[in-house]
Amino acid sequence: MKAKFIEEKVMKVVMALTTVLLFFFVGSIIYTIIKEGWPAMSWSMITDLPGGGFYIGKEGGLLNAIVGSLMIVGASTVLGLLVSIPVVFYLNVYLTPKSKLGYASRLAFDVLFGVPSIVYGAFAFTIMIALGLKTSLLGGIIVITLLIIPIFIRSMDEVARTMPRDILAATFSLGATRLQSVRVLVRQILPGIATATLLSIGRAIGDAAAVMFTAGYTDAIPTSLSQPAATLPLAVFFQLSSPIPEVQSRAYAAAFILTVIVLILSIGGRLITNHFSKNRIK
Amino acid sequence: MDDIKKGFFRPNQKFTTKVRERASIEVKDFNVSIGGNHILKDCSLTIPDKQITCIIGPSGCGKSTLLRSFNRLLDMTEDVKIKGQLLVDGEDIYASGVEITSVRRKMGLLSQRPCPLPMSIFDNIAYGCRIHGIRNKKKLRLVVEHYLKAAGLWDEVKDRLNTPAARMSIGQQQRLCLARGLAVEPQFILADEATSALDPISSKTIEDLFLKLKQDYSIVMVTHTLRQALRIADYVVFMYLGEIIEEGPAEQIFKNPQHELTKKYLSGAFS
Repeated sequence: MKAKFIEEKVMKVVMALTTVLLFFFVGSIIYTIIKEGWPAMSWSMITDLPGGGFYIGKEGGLLNAIVGSLMIVGASTVLGLLVSIPVVFYLNVYLTPKSKLGYASRLAFDVLFGVPSIVYGAFAFTIMIALGLKTSLLGGIIVITLLIIPIFIRSMDEVARTMPRDILAATFSLGATRLQSVRVLVRQILPGIATATLLSIGRAIGDAAAVMFTAGYTDAIPTSLSQPAATLPLAVFFQLSSPIPEVQSRAYAAAFILTVIVLILSIGGRLITNHFSKNRIK
Repeated sequence: MDDIKKGFFRPNQKFTTKVRERASIEVKDFNVSIGGNHILKDCSLTIPDKQITCIIGPSGCGKSTLLRSFNRLLDMTEDVKIKGQLLVDGEDIYASGVEITSVRRKMGLLSQRPCPLPMSIFDNIAYGCRIHGIRNKKKLRLVVEHYLKAAGLWDEVKDRLNTPAARMSIGQQQRLCLARGLAVEPQFILADEATSALDPISSKTIEDLFLKLKQDYSIVMVTHTLRQALRIADYVVFMYLGEIIEEGPAEQIFKNPQHELTKKYLSGAFS
């Protein structure tokens, strides 16, 4: 057999193996979470607030962390989209593909993308101290918004850049202004916006480092923006560091809930993406 | 065009562009350089009204650049330098302060590959009307029907106006783009090798449409196929390396070309 055919076969096997390997990782993570967390799962885990003896293994649930996480992620997703969408359209409709400003901003977003979330947390914490603020829901929302904006922008930007320039030419030749063209582009990159949103939510809801300093932790559900808020990743973190086995098991239960939320969002997001893709020009 | 007169649906006097008796494009000593390359050199040309003008010439001779400068789509290209005048209805469209959207609206564009907008068939046509202020649903329906008929597409799509335009065949998409362009009531139709991506039957349909539409519109088309120019051109412009070598009525250019280069090109010595 010729060398090129052997090469072809070997490479194909390598590619298939690495793909399967990833399934294995996902599978083993889910297996561990379920194995360790399922014994601690019960309805009260998702419907109750932590009781008095919760952290020594007694009654209560994680409702505080579930609601806190959803509040922070929901608000920061909305805020993040409000900031990122105009940026993406400015980069792609108003600036030319070779614009220096465009190049510089993309570079800046890449740098922000790579900044570890603990740095965002520490940065926000410094500012909060300077302003005399305490850990609060608002602090968590702002820092998570900052964290996900670069993710939003870079992932939407990648989709917007693949958009055929002909669509712009077509709308312009009908006498559309740039802003009127944007409305057409939105339809073309809606699937991209949906995917970017999903990616960012996944990152935002799972981030512990940024919210540790800024949102704090509490056993109650915050009723105003200035109160601290609990989050699921921190619920995992704090309980996992407990010496009591029941509490450790609850950490896995929290991880399980977190994973299920991400799963629901992903599946929902994919359905929405498919719905929006039908008009897309390929 | 049968039952509906051009301009009938204008809601009031909001639109200032009257449907002119004579539409004109005049190019005077027009020069374009892109990124330091001199693409168009001292081009001067008058596009005749209500005729089909074919711009022919070998690849890279600047045909498309000339066409795209008519509706200022050149603005989308980076690093463009322009010298000279381009008068549309007597107004220099490259002068400062020109309202670019109204210039573009006068010209329907058909590009090489059809480019439907990412929306339904109906919305593709209605989009242009909507951006120019027509919101009345009844009127929009009339307009959509009228121009789909004008592009010979109505019978094929009347039952699926709400399906995505991307699902049509490529020939249908090109006619949809034509209808979309017509719906904003231009004076000119600019076609940039509009049939080169199409099968022979779809190309023929587009050509036949052009022959019909020239009663109402001035059509400028860039074409690679000499035979196409022979079939439908009234007026021919031959370009070579960025210069207009020869122009004139089709019969004169094809039967009795004056310039040596034109003769060579028409005889197939280069393409």
